Amino acid sequence: MSTPGTTRRSTERGAGTRLFLLRAWLPAGLLAAWWLASAASTSLYFPPLQTILETLRQDWLGPGFAEHLLPSIGKFLAGFLIASLAGIGLGLIIGMYPALRAAAEPIIQFLRSLPPPVLLPLGLLLFGIGPSMNIAIIVFGAVWPTLLNTIDGVRSLDPQLTEMTRSYRLTRAQKIRYVILPNAGPQIFAGLRTTLQMSIILIVVSEMVASTNGIGYYVLNSQQTFAVPQTWAGTLVLGLLGYLANLIFIRLERYVLRWQAGLLATTGSGA
Amino acid sequence: MKMTETYPQDKARTAPEAGAAVVNAEVLLQLQELQKNYGHVQILAGVDFEICRGEFVCVVGPSGSGKTTLLKCMAGLLEPSGGQTVFEGQQVTEPPAKLAVVFQDYSRSLLPWMTVWQNVELPMKNKFAKAERPARIESVLEAVGLGGKGSLYPWQMSGGMQQRAAIARGLAYQPDVLLMDEPFAAVDAQTRIELEDLVLRVRQEFDMTVVFVTHDIDEAVYLADRVVVLSGAPTTVSRNIAVDLPQPRNQRDTKLLPEYARLRAEVFELIQSAKSHATIR
Repeated sequence: MSTPGTTRRSTERGAGTRLFLLRAWLPAGLLAAWWLASAASTSLYFPPLQTILETLRQDWLGPGFAEHLLPSIGKFLAGFLIASLAGIGLGLIIGMYPALRAAAEPIIQFLRSLPPPVLLPLGLLLFGIGPSMNIAIIVFGAVWPTLLNTIDGVRSLDPQLTEMTRSYRLTRAQKIRYVILPNAGPQIFAGLRTTLQMSIILIVVSEMVASTNGIGYYVLNSQQTFAVPQTWAGTLVLGLLGYLANLIFIRLERYVLRWQAGLLATTGSGA
Repeated sequence: MKMTETYPQDKARTAPEAGAAVVNAEVLLQLQELQKNYGHVQILAGVDFEICRGEFVCVVGPSGSGKTTLLKCMAGLLEPSGGQTVFEGQQVTEPPAKLAVVFQDYSRSLLPWMTVWQNVELPMKNKFAKAERPARIESVLEAVGLGGKGSLYPWQMSGGMQQRAAIARGLAYQPDVLLMDEPFAAVDAQTRIELEDLVLRVRQEFDMTVVFVTHDIDEAVYLADRVVVLSGAPTTVSRNIAVDLPQPRNQRDTKLLPEYARLRAEVFELIQSAKSHATIR
């Protein structure tokens, strides 16, 4: 097992490099084109990329790192984690009890139909300006996909697995930990991915209206003061942040659901 | 209420040890006038039989005779509409701790997110201390021919190996009785032969009482100390047939015995007549 394992790993690494090159050439080319095309620009709205990157380095690796980036990341993580845990926890309870599900369904459908930005005025009234408002907006706006997917995933348990857990007298906690949650895993993660994307959107939007720091505040403020390179730089940082968050999330998903990839691979090839 | 009783003539049975007839044996599991209806449809119409400690009983019946329903009522997974199951003197109202079920569809009873080892260990968590488990898991995996394969996931194994893993899980739970619901229906013929012999071997090794539900007449006669033949739905016991074939059995010699052929024909005829008398639904 060890020899084929290592061979496979080294070919995987080779394939990884190839994949990286395959993915990187276009963004790198576009950046280079942007750099060259904007080099001589005197337009107020389209400053040279060099200026933008200079600003990015000065602001975001300098004082902006602690003043704007860290608070944003902190609030985003707090909001995303609370939304995730609340979604999974409530989804588990609602999914396990049909009576509760019947009662909760209309309420959930109503709440999730509210466009999240509409929560901003209410959030401002209830929480004022500051991190708790930003986090609350993320939680109330982004919890729904995880909640709904968890309910669905919990319900989708094969009746024969339920019989197996009963016949072997697993406790409720064991059933949840070893059977229900892993079984719902693929659906929970699909929900979490949407929750993650909404969290990023909502942290920015809520910081724009109700914060005195953070990336959203920085971008809007720079635009209002005609600090255009800052607006560009902030936008780039946001893009990078979202990209990075997604990358980390996919890694985590692959690790947690590694059994599913194997299962799909074997059933898919009919082996 | 542990009862001891003399078997009536028609329920004569053979002990697991070669040929030694047992007249007095401890009754482990009793089905008393077991009935089950689904809505207006009667599936079980008073099924009545007993299983003694150490016995290997095969339950055969025509398809649609409610074999799985019967097994679920025995396992405490399904509440009967009438009558009762008594296991070790207690009425069965929930799955007993000393009873394990091996389900027909192994691919839906093993957990794909756990390795074979973890699958086997899961039901042991409430029964065995952590330190006791590894040696026991090792030994049951060895017994079912999966020694050293504990780190595989079920989906990395063939159907036959998965069912071996499911049997190992049942054995590791250390039940007094193992209920098997058409466990080899989904594997190919050669694997089935291997698994039949495997079940006979582990039954001996772990001194297990086995109730084996199947629609396969050959399998039933080959494995059993006694065959319980069911009628078609609504189901009752149509006959108890003692299988007095010598132990240990083997696929070639046992099946060449005239007695084997006679028993097989007897069960076959009963099933055929049950089919023709079954209410058409």
